[in-house]
Amino acid sequence: MIKTIQFNLNDRPLSIEVDDEQTLLWVLRTDLGLTGAKFGCGEGLCGACTVLVDDEAMPSCQISAGYVAGREVKTIEGLVRNGQLHPIQKAFIKHDALQCGFCTPGMILKAYSLLVSNPKPTRDQIISGMDDNLCRCGAHVRIVQAIQTAAEALKGGRP
Amino acid sequence: MMRKDNNQGKASGLAVPFASLSRRQFLKRMGLLGGGLIVYCTIGDTTVRAQAPREGFLGSNVPTDFNAFLRIGVDNRVTCFVGKIEMGQGPLTSFAQMLAEELDVAYEAVDMVMGDTDRCPWDAGTWGSLSTRYYGIFVKEAAGEAKGVLKALAAERLLCPVTRLVTENGLIFDRTRPMSRVTYGELTAGKIIERHLKELPPLKPVSEYTISGKPYLRRDAFDKVTGRAQYTADIRLPGMVYARILRAPAHGARRLRVDTTAAQRMKDVQIVRDGDLVAVLHPHPDGAAKALGSVKADFDLPDTGVNDETIFTHLLANAPEPVVASEAGNPEEGEKKAAAIIEETYLNSYVSHAPMEPHAAMASVAGNKATVWASTQAPFAVQGLVAETLDLPVENVRIIVPFVGGGFGGKSASAQAVEAARLAKRCGNPVMVNWTREEEFFFDTFRPAAVVKIRSGIDGAGRISFWDYHVYFAGQGGCQNFYKIPHHREAVYGEWRIEPGIHPFAVGPWRAPAANTNVYARDLQMNIMASMAGKDPLEFRLSHLTDKRMRGVLAAAAKQFGWTPSKTPSGRGYGISCGIDSETYVASMAEVEVDRSSGMIAVKRVVCAQDMGQVVNPQGAAIQMEGCITMGLGYALSEEVHFSNGRLLDVNFDTYEIPRFSWLPEIETVIVPNPTLTPKGGGEPAIVCMGGVLATAVYDATGAKLLQLPMTPRRVKNALKKMG
Repeated sequence: MIKTIQFNLNDRPLSIEVDDEQTLLWVLRTDLGLTGAKFGCGEGLCGACTVLVDDEAMPSCQISAGYVAGREVKTIEGLVRNGQLHPIQKAFIKHDALQCGFCTPGMILKAYSLLVSNPKPTRDQIISGMDDNLCRCGAHVRIVQAIQTAAEALKGGRP
Repeated sequence: MMRKDNNQGKASGLAVPFASLSRRQFLKRMGLLGGGLIVYCTIGDTTVRAQAPREGFLGSNVPTDFNAFLRIGVDNRVTCFVGKIEMGQGPLTSFAQMLAEELDVAYEAVDMVMGDTDRCPWDAGTWGSLSTRYYGIFVKEAAGEAKGVLKALAAERLLCPVTRLVTENGLIFDRTRPMSRVTYGELTAGKIIERHLKELPPLKPVSEYTISGKPYLRRDAFDKVTGRAQYTADIRLPGMVYARILRAPAHGARRLRVDTTAAQRMKDVQIVRDGDLVAVLHPHPDGAAKALGSVKADFDLPDTGVNDETIFTHLLANAPEPVVASEAGNPEEGEKKAAAIIEETYLNSYVSHAPMEPHAAMASVAGNKATVWASTQAPFAVQGLVAETLDLPVENVRIIVPFVGGGFGGKSASAQAVEAARLAKRCGNPVMVNWTREEEFFFDTFRPAAVVKIRSGIDGAGRISFWDYHVYFAGQGGCQNFYKIPHHREAVYGEWRIEPGIHPFAVGPWRAPAANTNVYARDLQMNIMASMAGKDPLEFRLSHLTDKRMRGVLAAAAKQFGWTPSKTPSGRGYGISCGIDSETYVASMAEVEVDRSSGMIAVKRVVCAQDMGQVVNPQGAAIQMEGCITMGLGYALSEEVHFSNGRLLDVNFDTYEIPRFSWLPEIETVIVPNPTLTPKGGGEPAIVCMGGVLATAVYDATGAKLLQLPMTPRRVKNALKKMG
């Protein structure tokens, strides 16, 4: 049913009138015009729609709009701070860690949540932490390198 | 290599005769491109040089006039127009390098416009590793011609003979008076200038390259890491609605009855029934999904008895007459000299393209004009299809291809664009058709399942005496023999294109069509023969090879891998594979571990060496090789479409398993320098070895012959069991 939902989106408070059963992915992409989160599989199996909810990576195609009420939501559009790319974004560019780019926003946000919970991951921890996010072009090797570089740049601090 | 694309344009319809546009129309188009235009030049018959590569690869409609490819603005920026699309393979970067190099402008001064039928010159489609190989030549020639015209203009402006002029970084100066200079932008001054060049300037020699051949990072990376990059499904228009289309549950199903009354009662739902097409439209995707869920339909389901187990018998029973792809001597004669004969049958499954971006299209139809944004590899073919469907003149249809989220051949077919156009015409609103993952699997043009039968022999000295090769339904790509074999024949029964009525669903080109199947079968057979001859598999190959490029890539791979000779199976788990694809030579070596109890294959390391002629962007080339290796793990180890009676049993990534981070081997790529050869293909070659290199590695580890791809744990265990 139509409700007023309040939550923080990309560090700004937001209040929207929306059917609370609608999928967060489509609310972001249509009502809010944020198309960085992609529709890939619709069942939470690919990670292209990944967003951060309270710093945890979640498939937005599996979350209802009502679920995020009172929470912090971050999308790829919210990662640039003061006009500066986030260290993870910089590392993805530096390592050419993308091809078609469709999985990239999800990969970056997944890496973000990984670095929140484990600021100094080993290569194996990065690989297992990223395993649910799919990439068809085969950019995996470089994505792992980019996350290593980003972790070094963050020096154990919060992403 | 040309043959593999020859029918593609025909299958997808229509060629748009851009090249035959009149001069008046052409000037109009240039005017529409906006200010800062341009040098206009009619070269007449001096474009002979450009004609040769235009023929034969469906390129005959690519214009020869350089203005179609580039525009020089008053601000000195250069816009490059190409009819290709960017789906991750990197032409956005490499075309800019090629243009900047030949025109003598800074790489950063080049803006790229791709895949827009109103602005870009005609192209058949982005496939076959053809962008750099062929289209790149056109772009370089266009730049060379433009530079020639600019120099002629500068000679008049600076009162100096052309021979004294030097071009550098977007300006032209007199060698004897360096301060006497003029920029490209000052010369064109936003005007349309017609010029005739009597002779085409020669292309720049490779030895003078400063941009081409150097590693460049992707130029679309910033947009892609910030979420700004637009894909088709990201296009938003006022009044747009989202469509969901009623689909049959199985291929070959016949619709009996549809009841849309429940959907009709829903708020904001429009229902469109247009012949076979039944769709619900809603301003919100969830609304459209809900409406579709309420539609009731009955179908008459087929009972063909064909499934992923019986398919191979079905294919062999329906094989068309063979075409001989290559032959020498007489295999029947050669067989008489054989001391040992090896006869094997290899099977390969249907695999899906499974790009991360499902097919999407946004259509807006107003009056007698249509604009369609589409995730497609073939914008000009889609333009023809939409024009035909809507009964509009081709020039009234504009196709715009934003970034494409992966294609791999699967977006050569673009039925979603026609669906969106039909719906938009009927309902009046702009319509977005964004296939679900289930639709993406159902309507995929799969790589065909295939059978390869090889009968071959070795003589008493361990040399191959004959090779009798029969490939069913994969197609001929990559099957041609390159070894020194006195008696051989390669017979091809059916191509990878749709063979009407035989496959249970659509098939089509899948990254390096046919070659993945052919190279796998050849290399496993080669290793089985090497084993019988008691030879090291690399030495066995080299002893039958005189081709310098093939010997070169094998030597480069062996050096990087640290290959040491041994009979196979050696227990080490070393695999080897080599082939030719898109005129590029490629060799791979791999190391695997096989868990005998679970049947799991762990790929430890893959080394790949490639001779691809000149390399425009070594960084991009290495990334394409890495991508091929990673993607190729899938068709080798897990990817296989399960189906029964026209119904797809794999419709998402839970059961259709594509490679993941945890599968990653160590990947090492080697580019074998060959700067005297024009650029060859780079998007596909490295994937063709993946089936062969892993099957020979499993054979080397265990002695088990994996005669069917993918090498699932069950098949590995069965093959081990067969050995006893």
